[in-house]
Amino acid sequence: MKGYLFLENGEKFEGNLMTSSMKETFEGEVVFYTGMTGYQEVLTDPSYKNQIVVFTYPLIGNYGINEHDFESKKPHVAGVILLECNPTAYHYESKYSLKQYLEKWNIPLLSHADTRSIVKQIRHHGTMQGYLAYDDTNKIEMVAEKFPVADVSTKTIVSYGTGKTHIVLMDFGCKKSIVESLVERGFTVTVVPYDTSYEKVLELKPDGIVLSNGPGDPKQLQPHLIKIKKLLENFPTLAICLGHQLVALALGGDTKKLRFGHRGANQPVLDVVKNKVYITSQNHSYVVDEESLKNTSLTVRFKNVNDGSVEGIAHKSLPILSVQFHPEAHPGPIDSSWIFDDFADSLSIVRREKQYA
Amino acid sequence: MPKDTSIQSILVIGSGPIVIGQAAEFDYSGTQGCRALKEEGYKVILVNNNPATIMTDEVNADIVYFEPLTVSSVEKIIAKERPDGMIGTLGGQTGLNLAFQLHEAGVLDKYNVKLLGTPIESIKKGEDREEFRALMMELSEPVPESQIVHTVDEAVEFANEVGFPLIIRPAYTLGGTGGGIADTLEEFKELVKGGLDESPITQCLIEKSIAGYKEVEYEVMRDHNDTCITICNMENIDPVGIHTGDSIVVAPSQTLTDVEYQMLRTASIKIISALGIIGGCNIQFALDPVSKNYYLIEVNPRVSRSSALASKATGYPIAKIAAKLAVGYTLDELLNPVTGGTYASFEPALDYVVVKFPRFPFDKFPTVEDTLGTQMKATGEVMAIDTNLERAIQKAVSSLESDNIGITVKKISAKSDEELLALMKKGNEGRFFAIIELLRRGLSIEELHLLTKMDLFFLQSFKTIVDLETQIKKTALDEISVDFMKTIKEKGFSDGYLAFLLNVTEFEVREKRKQIGVLPSYRMVDTCAAEFESQTSYFYSSYFGKSEVVPTTNEKVLIVGSGPIRIGQGIEFDYSSVHGILSLQEEGYETLLINNNPETVSTDFEVADRLYFEPLTLEDVLNVIEAENVSKVLVQYGGQTAINLAKDLEAAGVTLLGINNDVIDQLEDRDRFYKLLEEIDVPHLPGKIAYNEEELVIMANELGFPILIRPSYVIGGKGMVVINHEGELVQFINKQIDIGFPILLDAYAPGKEFEIDLVADGDKILIPTIVEHVEKAGVHSGDSHAILPAVSLSNVDKKEVEEFARKIVSKLHFVGLMNIQFVQHKEKIYVLEVNPRASRTVPIVSKVTGIPMVQLATKLLIGNKLSDVTATSGLLPDPPFFTVKYPVFSTHKIGGDPLVGPEMKSTGEGISIADTVEEGFTKVFHSYLESKPAGKEIFIDVDESMNPDEVGKIVSLVQKANLTPVLNDDIKTWVRSEKALAYFSFSVDKESEKSRALACKNRIQVFSNTEMITVFLQVVNQREFSVCSVQDWKNKDFLKKEVMS
Ligand SMILES: Nc1ncnc2c1ncn2[C@@H]1O[C@H](COP(=O)(O)OP(=O)(O)O)[C@@H](O)[C@H]1O
Ligand SMILES: Nc1ncnc2c1ncn2[C@@H]1O[C@H](COP(=O)(O)OP(=O)(O)O)[C@@H](O)[C@H]1O
Ligand SMILES: [Mg+2]
Ligand SMILES: [Mg+2]
Repeated sequence: MKGYLFLENGEKFEGNLMTSSMKETFEGEVVFYTGMTGYQEVLTDPSYKNQIVVFTYPLIGNYGINEHDFESKKPHVAGVILLECNPTAYHYESKYSLKQYLEKWNIPLLSHADTRSIVKQIRHHGTMQGYLAYDDTNKIEMVAEKFPVADVSTKTIVSYGTGKTHIVLMDFGCKKSIVESLVERGFTVTVVPYDTSYEKVLELKPDGIVLSNGPGDPKQLQPHLIKIKKLLENFPTLAICLGHQLVALALGGDTKKLRFGHRGANQPVLDVVKNKVYITSQNHSYVVDEESLKNTSLTVRFKNVNDGSVEGIAHKSLPILSVQFHPEAHPGPIDSSWIFDDFADSLSIVRREKQYA
Repeated sequence: MPKDTSIQSILVIGSGPIVIGQAAEFDYSGTQGCRALKEEGYKVILVNNNPATIMTDEVNADIVYFEPLTVSSVEKIIAKERPDGMIGTLGGQTGLNLAFQLHEAGVLDKYNVKLLGTPIESIKKGEDREEFRALMMELSEPVPESQIVHTVDEAVEFANEVGFPLIIRPAYTLGGTGGGIADTLEEFKELVKGGLDESPITQCLIEKSIAGYKEVEYEVMRDHNDTCITICNMENIDPVGIHTGDSIVVAPSQTLTDVEYQMLRTASIKIISALGIIGGCNIQFALDPVSKNYYLIEVNPRVSRSSALASKATGYPIAKIAAKLAVGYTLDELLNPVTGGTYASFEPALDYVVVKFPRFPFDKFPTVEDTLGTQMKATGEVMAIDTNLERAIQKAVSSLESDNIGITVKKISAKSDEELLALMKKGNEGRFFAIIELLRRGLSIEELHLLTKMDLFFLQSFKTIVDLETQIKKTALDEISVDFMKTIKEKGFSDGYLAFLLNVTEFEVREKRKQIGVLPSYRMVDTCAAEFESQTSYFYSSYFGKSEVVPTTNEKVLIVGSGPIRIGQGIEFDYSSVHGILSLQEEGYETLLINNNPETVSTDFEVADRLYFEPLTLEDVLNVIEAENVSKVLVQYGGQTAINLAKDLEAAGVTLLGINNDVIDQLEDRDRFYKLLEEIDVPHLPGKIAYNEEELVIMANELGFPILIRPSYVIGGKGMVVINHEGELVQFINKQIDIGFPILLDAYAPGKEFEIDLVADGDKILIPTIVEHVEKAGVHSGDSHAILPAVSLSNVDKKEVEEFARKIVSKLHFVGLMNIQFVQHKEKIYVLEVNPRASRTVPIVSKVTGIPMVQLATKLLIGNKLSDVTATSGLLPDPPFFTVKYPVFSTHKIGGDPLVGPEMKSTGEGISIADTVEEGFTKVFHSYLESKPAGKEIFIDVDESMNPDEVGKIVSLVQKANLTPVLNDDIKTWVRSEKALAYFSFSVDKESEKSRALACKNRIQVFSNTEMITVFLQVVNQREFSVCSVQDWKNKDFLKKEVMS
């Protein structure tokens, strides 16, 4: 059935809308993803909570949805916009077609939309709120911000793996692949809710901390910064995406919103220490403000080759490795997966030092 | 690290004459590479003996050598020029091998030439089978087990070790014949035995067969800092087992999950990094369609056909960036020229689908096997871009200019189910069209999948097209609703094909479509899916979405390109298109180019002001004209493809520059052509047009045998045959299944053939030189050896040629480029053919005479007079040196009889320049003779059709050359002897045909006419030659003029 996307700036785009209920409108922040594969991972990445994702690649759904490539138990996107959605999938692993999957989870799909034109709107005007509706007159007020982390973070403490080294992963909306990358390297990973107290974490006796990715504005987590700062000062830490922004905020830096974010599998990042470029997977609207790091003990470790924005930071003395991009990939390239190895190394060094001390 | 300042001059090795598997793509990459190096301020010295290329222009290289691509020849150039550096990775496999051999021979060390880009060690690791396998083992990257065998026993032993299925690939067979895939020991023994027999060196490569897997390629780049990126991946619709060059290919991959995509990407990066490549590299994988298992098929440590395709598919200029990496830059230091604001160290994101279709030459070789396998047979390819797969496929199909109308091929539709199913199982040129036909007949995609191993995803897409076609056939043009029109246009049904399906004219479809407001939009190719603002003007059409093209108010000209490379219409037309663009730009015009060939320079988005990557159909050309408000269209440079559009464009009200359809028709319609010549008193050979078999026989007798017959309106002499007596004619008629009447027949005049290219302003002409053929008329101009300037025409003859040309031009008020072919028979000169367009010889003539023909013609086309643009006119005086043009054939790849005749068969050409004609030919045969150090014997296959005197003459020439004539030996054993040097026979019987093919397969030079064997015997003992750049030749010319004046 005919349906529309309305953007905050008044622009309207037509397509075929498929939703499970006719009455609702579906609201969200409209963002675009430029990777040519990986829609299943994107849909189930909690960082996309409350976002309507526009896929720039025109043929989406070609290989269906399988049982292995989920990044969490369910899709988190508020809506999907694409050009062509393949109705059947023939991949040997496929369990559902993309349409079936979205239907099952009640995620609205606007297909046959002029995605390139939508992307150009976002490129010119920056990320905007928008909604999907059947009615072609724009009448809905855009609702104010929500606090998505609470929705996507784990409610209970869960452990994975059997390794000697113990990592506490603070879950702001964690992707499964982060946990898997850690378990693969022989860690026991305990995933805890984002609002777990410092004391509670101490009780778990971690060797290191991982601050996960997650949706939304890092400043919404203001109340948790003191706790995060304490963790950083006491444990070797790896922080990814939202986690990385929180490291900056907790240690005196600042974050700001990019005009339209980086979402794709092709972002080049320069490691200023190794002087090498890596192609990375990214998904973020907010970045650490380089200026704001001046009077802190944080230094820039990674930079985006295209726009020069901060892609990772290190601490002058503490073992903190903090990256804006996604070394766990899924979707996207695994070129920077060595970040996990470096983190593992930093843990063994610290452990050795502790033993000597 | 910035560029290397320790070097000032760089020698670039080109890929030489075009053969199957090494075609225009290396002109594109070579041109980009040379330009990139010049941009950095290096002095570029280029060696490439392919005259039709753009890279060999002075604008792209400072010094150009048209010299043989052998170690001894390049050593001479190095000794003379003393370059500081050399790049071998831009010239295809030829360049790579030569760079490697120069290193092995110590030449690079001796002259202190630094090999830039990918180091020798890496080339070795990538190219040497054993080293490569060892490295892959080390990286735990799987390669299929394989072994080279010389006996059946050896092969069986290997089979017992690794199990079945196995693929047998015999070495050095024509057209890849003799191999196959075996599932059982019985089959296997049979195939190996056959393969060993087929192979002239009794050798087969036995490999674990992975046929049926998905074939996926990655284009990867690496800098010396070990930053590695992938530019693009491509998925072959035809599975492993059919060469990627012959496969239908899509970019990016469509059926791979992100996990699979990344798995192969990671492997690619691991491999390029371990090999230590600096620049570009192509990696081919086979992926199991039902598991995550994969194998590595091959690595090409250089730019390739696929990298050209990837560059056009993404907008990322791989060769240009590779050249800059070779001189020391890193990827993050180089700007992405598409966006202008981001860097080269990123991976393009596409928001469209790209489809490549191969273009096959089987129409020229009706007797060779048209099955496809592991040996490439396509001569060219077309590419299409759209936002959906169905239209991208249909656009590509429309671009082929084969015997298809849209997705219908009449001769395939006429086949029975069984015949179609047979086409299906084997790879075959007509496979796609057979699938379409079977879908029409109701076969399910599941059944087709079992037969073809093509992924169901693609078959489903084919079915979508067929289903729509069925719906279209059920309606009529005036019943088509706006919505349905939108749907079928979006999915790629061209106006022309709709007209065919609905039995109306294309103009009617167009009118209806426009009237209901269904118009194309134009989308930009920007490497980044619109994420960043872009500077490029590289567009494709889509019948969906908002257009991004805003026409300027500049004065503009649309240049119609020449489409896919095929025999008879090659890269030379791209040369003319590109020069047309450059000179129009010089004159202040905005240039728009429309073309569909991804291999060429013309489709480099940095060439024309705006590039439209579109089929060359009336619909697509008119659409661009309307979207851009174009008022002037140039069709003279795009070969027959562009000329063929003239009539309909004119009917649609478009103004063509310098030409109109009536002129074309007068030259192409034989009746009108002869009348025209008669009116101006220019002789032509007697000719007639037969409308049926009876007439054919009667007219033939009237003309008197021998005669030459040909179907009208064809390029490259397609279907032309010489018929010597009535018996042969009857045979011909009986053999032909459907002779397309009317048929043209001419008296056959086996005289001296020569041709000219001229520029004309409607009245005055300029003829830079006359090109004389070595072979007599009857051998197609594209397949004959030629000498410039002509050596055996008298001054009177030359005057006459000039006069005839002048008459034709004045009569037609012709403006632009014209090619005229003549034959001199019994002292009289006749005009054979007039082509009102750029020809195959234009680049050669321009390069060796220094007269930029296309530039001049372009100036005339926009209204200048000849006297405004040059002080010279008429036939120019001869330059003081000689150029020999020689044809190059791809018989090894396609198979067939190497006999030359009126039908063109060569895929490419080379030239050599020398002080004397003899030295010119010495260079022509140089690399062949170097490869036959022990060659002593000339096999002369005598049969009754040969005049004994002539045989005697040749025998004595052979003896005079200190070689041994062999007249009565067993050809089968002779071809394997080291002494075998050349084989001669011009008889058309089956036995000779077999013997020629046998000699050819054994890499022995075959001659099929007395002219060429005579030349060969004259120069066979002169092995010495000197090298000289084209710039120096011209200086000599200049000196001579100074002396004379
Ligand atoms: N082991 C194999 N089994 C089946 N097909 C193969 C195998 N190896 C290669 N092929 C097919 O043969 C084609 C050509 O082989 P390749 O090694 O790439 O040679 P080339 O140098 O001509 O590209 C490939 O594109 C692939 O389709
Ligand atoms: N009447 C003829 N007598 C002898 N040879 C001829 C005659 N007509 C054509 N040819 C030969 O056939 C070749 C191809 O014919 P041409 O008319 O030039 O066709 P095309 O359009 O393929 O170039 C010529 O190059 C010439 O060698
Ligand atoms: Mg290959
Ligand atoms: Mg001709």
